[in-house]
Amino acid sequence: MGKHVITLMVNGESHRLEIEPRAHLADVLRDELALTGTHIGCEHGVCGACTIRVDGAITRACLLLAVQAEGAVIETIEGLSDSGEIGDLQDAFRHRNALQCGYCTPAMLITAQDLLLHNPNPDRATIRDHISGNYCRCTGYQAIVDAVETVAKARQTAGERA
Amino acid sequence: MKAYAFDYVRAATLVEALSLLERAGEGGKLIAGGQSLVPALNLRLLAPQILIDIAQLPELRGITSDDTHIHLGAGTRHAELATSALVGQHVPLLQTAIRHVAHAAIRNRGTLGGNLAHADPASELPACMIALEATMLVVGPKGERRIDAIDFFKGLYETALEADDILVRISIARSPAETRVHFNELARRAGDYAMAGLAMVMHGTQPQGLRIRPVFFGIGDRPTLASHAARCLEQAADPMAGLAAAQQALSQDLSPQEDLQADADTRMQLARVLLKRGLTDLLAQGRG
Repeated sequence: MGKHVITLMVNGESHRLEIEPRAHLADVLRDELALTGTHIGCEHGVCGACTIRVDGAITRACLLLAVQAEGAVIETIEGLSDSGEIGDLQDAFRHRNALQCGYCTPAMLITAQDLLLHNPNPDRATIRDHISGNYCRCTGYQAIVDAVETVAKARQTAGERA
Repeated sequence: MKAYAFDYVRAATLVEALSLLERAGEGGKLIAGGQSLVPALNLRLLAPQILIDIAQLPELRGITSDDTHIHLGAGTRHAELATSALVGQHVPLLQTAIRHVAHAAIRNRGTLGGNLAHADPASELPACMIALEATMLVVGPKGERRIDAIDFFKGLYETALEADDILVRISIARSPAETRVHFNELARRAGDYAMAGLAMVMHGTQPQGLRIRPVFFGIGDRPTLASHAARCLEQAADPMAGLAAAQQALSQDLSPQEDLQADADTRMQLARVLLKRGLTDLLAQGRG
């Protein structure tokens, strides 16, 4: 049951890590790389707070063993924040009060961005369906759906002007 | 919670995976997408000594079709099934069903083979496999064998797979244009496990000579073909005239369980509602 040496590409940086096979990726990101924006709620795939991007696809970090992610390209909320990719979503969440305690917010932002990348013009039901795997216990979701809808429209308008 | 400690090895080929599995014996467990297995590990419901990762086996990859069948590699991810043009054209039931499987982030990693081998009684895809009369290609130490879907699901998380078998490929006859399909489930929240669900296939166009396969899930310990109800629908002058008898006959086909979500009577009622909605939808498709 020894440790395994793996290489992970996280937010554009390569890391060589010595980890136990039982460690899931959320723990490794938080404990080994101090990327604490990936939150841990239920640790069995229900709450969605640990959602990250793996090879471009949103993934539950608590349901992926770090050893399985060897060689994968991983993006966390820290990477998406620093690159500015979701700056407009973050602004909209703040302006619309789409967060209160903030626990679900990093994963909610990543999930919302995933929807907008695949479907730039979602209706409210589609937004609700896509974030249905992400629990928020504060907002009642209404403000989150508003914020995502606002950003979708703003990006559409910006795209038409460009 | 955190999983018990275990060892891990990634197999590169099917032959290597089989030999690792045989060597591991009782303590070995296969992992592909891990979307059912890792929760069970984290909750300490399972304590394998070693995980054998088969996610990258080339033998388990790919969606292909020939003149009669479509072949789905067991390692096909749900998200791939959802977007495959071949699946959409030849087995549309699967693409309707896949939208009900968990959430986007889980569909990105969960695999078809893992889902079927896990055999959760509330899972959507096992019921589809029985409705579609799929055949499972299984490889073990003694070689290959084929198992019909109806014989594959044995009970609660139990299948015809032996401990040293690997599910490799699922083959499904291409649905002819006149075949109609229906999928529906009743859950309290999108993506949750259904209290009751129905996958239904109707072959043929004439009122007489129709072949109907209603398969319920979330009711009882495995997906169940409601053969008594099907016979009522098939033998009626037209299927809708047989509906009331078919709804009654469901009590011969199904053994609903009671749990926190619903009691047995509620589940039986939901099954009757699903059958009516399903038949109505199938017949409406014919008029379209």
